[in-house]
Amino acid sequence: MDELLSEFLTETSESVSELDVELVQLEQNPNDQALLSNIFRLVHTIKGTCGFLGLPRLEAVAHAAENVLGRIRDGSLEVTPDAITLILESFDRIKWLLSSLEENEVEPEGDDQDLIDRLNIVAEGGALGEDAGAAAPAEEPVAEEPAPELDRELKPGEVSLDELERAFMEAPGPEDMAAEEPEAEAAEEPAEPEPAAEAPPPAAKKEVAVSGGQSVAKQPEQDKQVRESAVANQTIRVNVDLLENLMTMVSELVLTRNQLMQISRNEKDSEFTVPLQRLSQVTSELQEGVMKTRMQPIGNAWSKLPRLVRDLSIELNKKIDLVMLGADTELDRQVLELIKDPLTHMVRNSADHGIEEGADRVAAGKPEGGTITLNAYHEGGHIIIEIKDDGKGLDPEKIKAKAIANGLVAESEADSLSEQQIQQFIFRAGFSTAAQVTSVSGRGVGMDVVRTNIEKIGGTIELKSVFGRGSTFIIKIPLTLAIVSALIVEAGGERFAIPQLSVVELVRASSNSEHKIEEVHGTPVLRLRNRLLPLVSLRRLLRLDEGVEEMPQETFIVVLQIGTYSVGIMVDRVFDTEEIVVKPVAPILRNITLFSGNTILGDGSVIMILDPNGIAAASGELKMVDEDAKDTARQLAHRSDVSSLLLFRAGGKSPKAVPLALVARLEEIDLASVEYSEGRPLVQYRGQLMPLIPMVEDMKLEMEGRQPVLVFTDNDRSMGLIVDEIVDIVEDRIHIEVRPDHPWLMGSAVIAGKATEVIDAGYYLTQAYGDWFGSADSDSQEPEASRRVLLVDDSAFFRNLIKPLLSVAGYEVTIAEHAEAALDLCENGADFDAIISDIEMPGMDGFELTRRLRSIDRWQETPIIALSSHTSPRDLDRGREVGFTDYIAKLDRDALLETLAQTIDA
Amino acid sequence: MTDLPATQSTGQSLIALGELKQFVSIMIGKQLFGIPVLQVHDVLGPQRITRIPLSPKEVAGSLNLRGRIVTAIDIRSRLNMPPRADDQEGMSVVVEDQGELYSLMVDSVGEVLSLDEATFEQHPSTLSENIREVSTGIYRLDSSLLVVFDVPSLLRFQGEEAA
Repeated sequence: MDELLSEFLTETSESVSELDVELVQLEQNPNDQALLSNIFRLVHTIKGTCGFLGLPRLEAVAHAAENVLGRIRDGSLEVTPDAITLILESFDRIKWLLSSLEENEVEPEGDDQDLIDRLNIVAEGGALGEDAGAAAPAEEPVAEEPAPELDRELKPGEVSLDELERAFMEAPGPEDMAAEEPEAEAAEEPAEPEPAAEAPPPAAKKEVAVSGGQSVAKQPEQDKQVRESAVANQTIRVNVDLLENLMTMVSELVLTRNQLMQISRNEKDSEFTVPLQRLSQVTSELQEGVMKTRMQPIGNAWSKLPRLVRDLSIELNKKIDLVMLGADTELDRQVLELIKDPLTHMVRNSADHGIEEGADRVAAGKPEGGTITLNAYHEGGHIIIEIKDDGKGLDPEKIKAKAIANGLVAESEADSLSEQQIQQFIFRAGFSTAAQVTSVSGRGVGMDVVRTNIEKIGGTIELKSVFGRGSTFIIKIPLTLAIVSALIVEAGGERFAIPQLSVVELVRASSNSEHKIEEVHGTPVLRLRNRLLPLVSLRRLLRLDEGVEEMPQETFIVVLQIGTYSVGIMVDRVFDTEEIVVKPVAPILRNITLFSGNTILGDGSVIMILDPNGIAAASGELKMVDEDAKDTARQLAHRSDVSSLLLFRAGGKSPKAVPLALVARLEEIDLASVEYSEGRPLVQYRGQLMPLIPMVEDMKLEMEGRQPVLVFTDNDRSMGLIVDEIVDIVEDRIHIEVRPDHPWLMGSAVIAGKATEVIDAGYYLTQAYGDWFGSADSDSQEPEASRRVLLVDDSAFFRNLIKPLLSVAGYEVTIAEHAEAALDLCENGADFDAIISDIEMPGMDGFELTRRLRSIDRWQETPIIALSSHTSPRDLDRGREVGFTDYIAKLDRDALLETLAQTIDA
Repeated sequence: MTDLPATQSTGQSLIALGELKQFVSIMIGKQLFGIPVLQVHDVLGPQRITRIPLSPKEVAGSLNLRGRIVTAIDIRSRLNMPPRADDQEGMSVVVEDQGELYSLMVDSVGEVLSLDEATFEQHPSTLSENIREVSTGIYRLDSSLLVVFDVPSLLRFQGEEAA
C-alpha cells in the first residue's frame, strides 16, 4: 500500500477514536470551548487530508460534519443529543469508509447523500425526525455540493492545499483518482508538501492483499461499520525517549556481549561457547531491531525539497527538475534531523548558484531545464548522499579572486593552488560566490555551516566540480550515532580508539621500507602516493613521550581524513576494530578537546576515544582554537619558530650557521676559474660575474681545487660567500645568546648542541652590493625613490634578517622593537609608505597595533603587512578583519619583497 | 556540621542514629580520614586503571566498575602529598557527585565508625590549607583524630592546575 495512504489511515483512525471520546465529553459539557475547538480542528484536518488525497466520499462526509460543528462553535446551534448522535454517526461512516479504503485502497462506490442531507438539515437549524437513525428525507432540496471552496479558516501554509483540492475535484472520476492518487499527485504537483507526512511515526509497512478488480459497493450496514482498522492496530506511537532508552540498553548489552566473546575467545573448548554464540546472535538481531525502530527513510528529510525547488524555480525564473533517488534509504532519525538543514541549504544553493538561467544553458549547449539530483545509498556502514546539479559548476578564477579579496590566501600563494584546493575555499567561513545577494542565498552564511554541521555528526563532505558542467557534493555520514566502529591503537603504552569513519587507511612505515618518515622543518611527513602527508605523533600529541625519545624502528600511521584535511597519526601499534558505544567523559575531563568520549572495550578496560576534529585542530589546522586548545596551539607556534639552518665552517673551528632560507644555492667552484678584478675574486656564474666574498677578511684562496660557496641571490644578481666546508643542514630554534662583536655576526647560539656563530648574511649582501654594484641599474622591483618602511618585530633575529633584505631592495627601513614603539612613531608624525609587523609580540600584538593604526586617519590607507610564523585560516580572517593588507609567512623573503613592491605601488 | 546529604540510598542499612554519625574510615599516610557512609558507593581493591593523557594531575585515570566508567582521583596528589610507595597496593572508595562516579584512591580503607557528634570540631586554624579546603572538620577519637572529607570539595580542582 502506498505509504502516504497508510499513514493517512493510521492517523485518521486515531483521530476518529479520539473524536468519539471527545464528542461524548462535549455532550456532557456543551460549553467547553477548548474541547469544541479541538474537535473542530480534528474534523477539519481529516477533511483537508481527504481532499488532498482525492477521497471525495470521505471528504464530503467530513465536510458536512464539520459544518454542523462549525454552527455549534458559532453558537448558532445548541449541542443536542440528536446533533451529537448524528455527528457520531458520520464518524462511524468515516470509519467504515476507512476500513473499506484500507482493504481495497479505493473508496467504495456509492454516496452518503442521506447522511449528508441529514447533517445539513441540522446545520440549517432544522429538526430531525424522532428517530435519528431513520433515513432522512432524501428529497430535501438543501443538499449542498461538497464543494472544495469552504468557509473554513485557513491555517498558514494551507492555501496551496485549496488549489490542490480544486485540481483534484476537477480531475475525472473520483474512483480512479483514489486508486492512482499518489502518482497523480506526484505528477501534477511534484512541489507540493505532503501534509500527512508531517508528524506521523514511521508507519509499519503492512502488506495488504489487494482484492482483484473493483470492489463491489457495499451498503453501509450498521454492524459492519465499526470494524477496527487493521492498519491502525499494526502501528503504535511510542515516545522517542523510550526508544532512546532502549537503544542505550541494547548498546550496553552489545558491550557485555563483546566482553563475553573476548573471554570465550581466550578459552577454547569452553562449554559456554555454544550458548554464547546464540546469545551473540540474538543480541545482534536485537540491536538491529532496535536500530530499525529509530530508522526513517531519508525521504522524510527530503519531503520539503520539491516544494522548495518549485518555489525557487518560479522565483528565479529557471526551469529546475528535482530528481530524488533512494528516498527509501533508511537512517537513524537523530542523524536525519541533523542533516535536514544542511541538505535544504545545499539544494537551495544548487538551484540558486548552480543552475544557470535558461538562455545561458541553451547557449552552453545544455537542455534549458536544469536538473538537481539527490541520491542516497548505503555503503559500508555509512550512508552516502549525493547532491548533484548540471549547472555551471564552480568557477575557480572567481573563487580564487574572492579568496584573495577575503584574505584567505595570499595572491602569490593562490597561483600555486590546484583547482581542487581552490574549490575547497567555499567551505571557509564568510564565503559566498553569488555575485549578488538574492533573497535565496548569497548572504555569507554558507557551506562552512553545512560542513560544520555534517562534521558534528561525524560525517564528511566532499566536493567535485567541473567548471561549466556542474557540481556534486558527496556527504558521507554514519548510519547511527550510538554505536560506532572504532580502530584501536596503542601509543605510549596506552590504547586509544579512533572512530573508523575518519580513518582512510593504515600505512606501516619503517626505515627500510617503501614508506619512511621524513622530516621537513622539524615536522615529520610521509610521502604517500606523490603527496606529502603531514604527520603527528600521537605520543607527542598526548604528551606520553616521557622517557622514550627515539623513534621506534617501525611506526604505524593511521591516515585520517577530517573534512578536506588529511593527517597521519603515528602510533606504536594497531589492534583491530571494535564496535564501541561512545560515552561522555567525566566533567573534569571535558576540557580536553582531543577526546570525544570514552568507552569500555570487550576486555573490560576503559579506553579514551580520540576526536578527529580535535586532532586536526591540534595538529595544525587551527580551526577551533578555544581556551583549552590554546596550550597546544602555543606549542605549535614554538615549533614553527624552528628554522632550517645551514651549518658550515669558515675561518676558525667554531661552526657557523646561516638561515637556509636565505641561501639560494650551494655551489662548488673550480678555483682555477676564479678571476680577479681590482684584487677581488670573481667567477663567471650563469652568464654573469659573481663576486666572491671571503668569509673572513684574510682568507686566502687556493689556486686550484674546488671551493664550496654559498650563493645568495637577489633579483638577477648573485654573490658567493666562500666557506671552508659545508657541514650540515639542521632544524633548530635560533636563540641568540651572545651579543656580537663583529658586524658580520648576528651572535652565537646553541645549534645542534654546539655553540655556533650565526652570521649576518645581510652584512655580506650589503658589502657585495655596496662595493661592487653601488647604485647600479635599478630594476623593476627596486623603487626609484627610496620608500620608507617601518618594521615592527620583537625578535632581534628577524629584525636583523629582514632589515638588510629590505635595505638591499632599496627601502629605507625604520625599526621598532615593539608595537608600542611603532605606535609612538606613527602617532608622532613619522612617515612610512608601508608597515611590516609581526603578529605575536609581548604587550600589544600585531592585531591590536593594526587596529589602532587603522583608527587614525593618516594610516587608514597605508599598507600594513603581517609577518607571521603561522598562518592559520583563523589568523588570516582575523588579520583581514583588523585591517592587514596582506599576510606573509616569515622567512619567505621573495613573497615579502614582491608583496611589498605590489602593495606600495598599488 | 551540616546535615549529611541523605540523597544516596545505597542499600546500606547504617543510618545516623540520634547524634551518632557513621563514617567509612580511610588511612592516607599516617592520617585517618572519614567519608560519610551514605555517600560511599563501593569500596574497591586495586584496580586496573587507564591513564588519561593531558588530564589534571589529580586524575589517575578511569576504570570500569560493572559497566560504568569511573574517574579515579589520586587523593595523595589532590592533597599534595608524596605518591604512595610502590609496594603498597592501595584501595579506592567510590563516591557519586552530580551523577558521576569517582573512585578516590587512598592507602587503605578501614571499618565503619559511629561517631558521636559531640566529639566533632572545626579544624584548627593552623591546619594546612591542603587539608582544610577539602574537609568539614575533625572528630576526636580516643586514640587519634579523624578528618572528615567534603566530597564535592575534593572533586573541585579542575582548571586550577590543569596539567
